[in-house]
Amino acid sequence: MADQPTTPTQASLNKKAVQKTSYKPSGVSATGRKARSFAIRLWSVRHARALEWFYAHFAEMFLRLHPLWKAIGYERAEGPIKFIEKHTKGFLFDCRMCGQCALSSTGMSCPMNCPKQLRNGPCGGVRANGHCEVEPDMPCVWVQAWSGAQKMNGRDNILAVQKPVDQSLRETSSWLRVTAAAAAEREAAISQGAAQ
Amino acid sequence: MTQPDTNPHDPSALLEPLPGHSSLGRLERILRRGEFAVTAELNPPDSANPHDVYERAAIFDGWVDGINAVDASGANAHMSSVGICALLTRMGYAPILQISCRDKNRIAIQGDVLGASAMGVQNILCLTGDGVQAGDQPGAKPVFDLDCMSLLETIRIMRDNSKFLSGRKLTSPPTVFLGAAINPFAPPHDFRPHRLAKKIAAGAQFVQSQYCYDVPMFRKYMQQVRDMGLDKECFIMCGVGPLASAKTAKWMRSNVPGVHIPDDVIKRLEGAADQKQEGKRLCIDIINEVKEIEGVSGIHVMAYRQEEFVAEIVHESGVLKGRRPWRKEPNPVDQLVAERLEEILEKPKHLLHEMAGAAGDSDTQE
Repeated sequence: MADQPTTPTQASLNKKAVQKTSYKPSGVSATGRKARSFAIRLWSVRHARALEWFYAHFAEMFLRLHPLWKAIGYERAEGPIKFIEKHTKGFLFDCRMCGQCALSSTGMSCPMNCPKQLRNGPCGGVRANGHCEVEPDMPCVWVQAWSGAQKMNGRDNILAVQKPVDQSLRETSSWLRVTAAAAAEREAAISQGAAQ
Repeated sequence: MTQPDTNPHDPSALLEPLPGHSSLGRLERILRRGEFAVTAELNPPDSANPHDVYERAAIFDGWVDGINAVDASGANAHMSSVGICALLTRMGYAPILQISCRDKNRIAIQGDVLGASAMGVQNILCLTGDGVQAGDQPGAKPVFDLDCMSLLETIRIMRDNSKFLSGRKLTSPPTVFLGAAINPFAPPHDFRPHRLAKKIAAGAQFVQSQYCYDVPMFRKYMQQVRDMGLDKECFIMCGVGPLASAKTAKWMRSNVPGVHIPDDVIKRLEGAADQKQEGKRLCIDIINEVKEIEGVSGIHVMAYRQEEFVAEIVHESGVLKGRRPWRKEPNPVDQLVAERLEEILEKPKHLLHEMAGAAGDSDTQE
C-alpha cells in the first residue's frame, strides 16, 4: 500500500542521527581514498605483462647500480628515490607507499587500494559487477589483480601467501630495500662460494 | 566500619547499589568513604592457562582494593585485559579493566565495555596506550581511533545516557567507575593539571599516576591541582613501585616511555649493599611522603615482576591503617555450589526431552 508511512529502520535512524556538517567534499571515505578515475590503474593491469618485463630489467639495473647506492649511502639515496618511486608508482598504480611492494605478485594491481587492505585475495563482498563492496564505484582491486596475473609470466606469484604488512616501513622506498636485499644475498652467495 | 565492603550474602557477588555511586564496586565505595585505597597491577601472563592469572592475583589477596588488568602494556602482546577480568570476576576479585586505544577501534572498544560490564567489571581505566614502536611487534598497525579523552567520554555516554557513541540505545547501560591516567612528571608541566581537568570533564572519576620517584615534583603538581580544586572532583591515586636495582632504574628511565627517575634515586640505590631491599625501602619512603600530601586518595602499586613485595610494601607503609580489603574466604554461596556439584556428580537427572527420546527409541524397536 503506497499511502502507508514507511517504518523507520535502524539504518535510517542512524542516518538521521549523523551530525550535519556545512561542507563535506564528495567521494571521501573512512579509508581516505580519493574518488577519481581508475583509467590509469586499469591500463596498468591490462599491460601487466609489459610492466612485468620492464620491472625485471629495471630491478636488474638497480642492482647493477648497487655500488653507486653504496657510495652515496642507501640512507641518503632514500629521499630522492622515494620521491621518484612515489610519483611514478602513484601515477601508474595509485601506490599507497606501504614500503613492501607486492605488485609483481598481485597482477600489477596495488592491493593497498583495497579498503580492507587485503593482500591475499578478494573478500567475500565483491559485487556481481566486479566492483568493490565498500566503494561501489571502484572496480575490485583483486578482480583486476587476477586478470592481470593471468597475463604475466609469473602468474603463480599471486598464489603465494603474503606476510602481514610491516607498518613501520610505510613511506619508505621498496625499490631500494629490494635492491639492498638482493645485493646482500648476492654477496653472501659469493663469499660462500669463495669459502668452499 | 559502618559500610561493609562485601555483599553479606555472597562476598563474590556485586555490592548493593548506593545513592550517588556510579558502580557497584568496592573501589568506588572505599574511595567515596574517604579511606586510603590501594590498587596493584597484575603482570599479565603469556599463556592460555587460567591458573597463571589466579596465582598472580592470589598474591594480592587481602592487601588491595583493586587489581589492574593491563591491556598489552608497553605494546607487548599478553593475555588480553578483558580475558584477565573475566577470570578475576569469576573469583570475586575487583579488577580494574584497562583499555588502551592502540589496538582497538571504537566498535571493538564499545563492545568490550559492554562485555566486561556484563561479567561484573566495575572499574575501567581509559588509556591512550604506548606506541607500537615500544613493543615487541613494531610492525603492527597503530589504531588510535579514539584517544583517552574521547574514550572516557564514550564510556561516560554509554553509562549515563545509555547510548552508543552513534546514538543507538542500550537496553541496560554498563555501571562502571571511570578512571584515567596522569603523568605529572613529563613536560609541559604547566599544562598537566589542565589536562587532568579535561579528563575530569570528559568523565574521569579517579586517576592513577605514572610511577612517582620525584616527590617534590609531585607535590608541586598537587599544589596546582588543589588550587584548581580538582582534588575535590576526582580521586587521585599516586603510582609507586619498587625498583629492583640501579641498573633497572637506568634502563627504565631510558626505555620506558614517560618514566622520570631523578639521579639521587639512582645514587641511593647504587650506594646500597642490597639494592633490591633498598628499592623496596625507597618505595615505602615515597608512599609515606605521598600519603601525607593533601588530595591524594590512594596509591597504585606497580611492582613489575616483584609482585610478592606488594603485601610487604602495603603492610610496612601502614596505608591501610588496619583495614582489611576483601580476601578470598568461604561464603554461603560456596556451600550452595558444593551441594549442586554433589547433585550433578551423584544423581544424573532425568530430563524430559531425554525421556521422550528414550520412549521414541523403544517405540521403533517394537
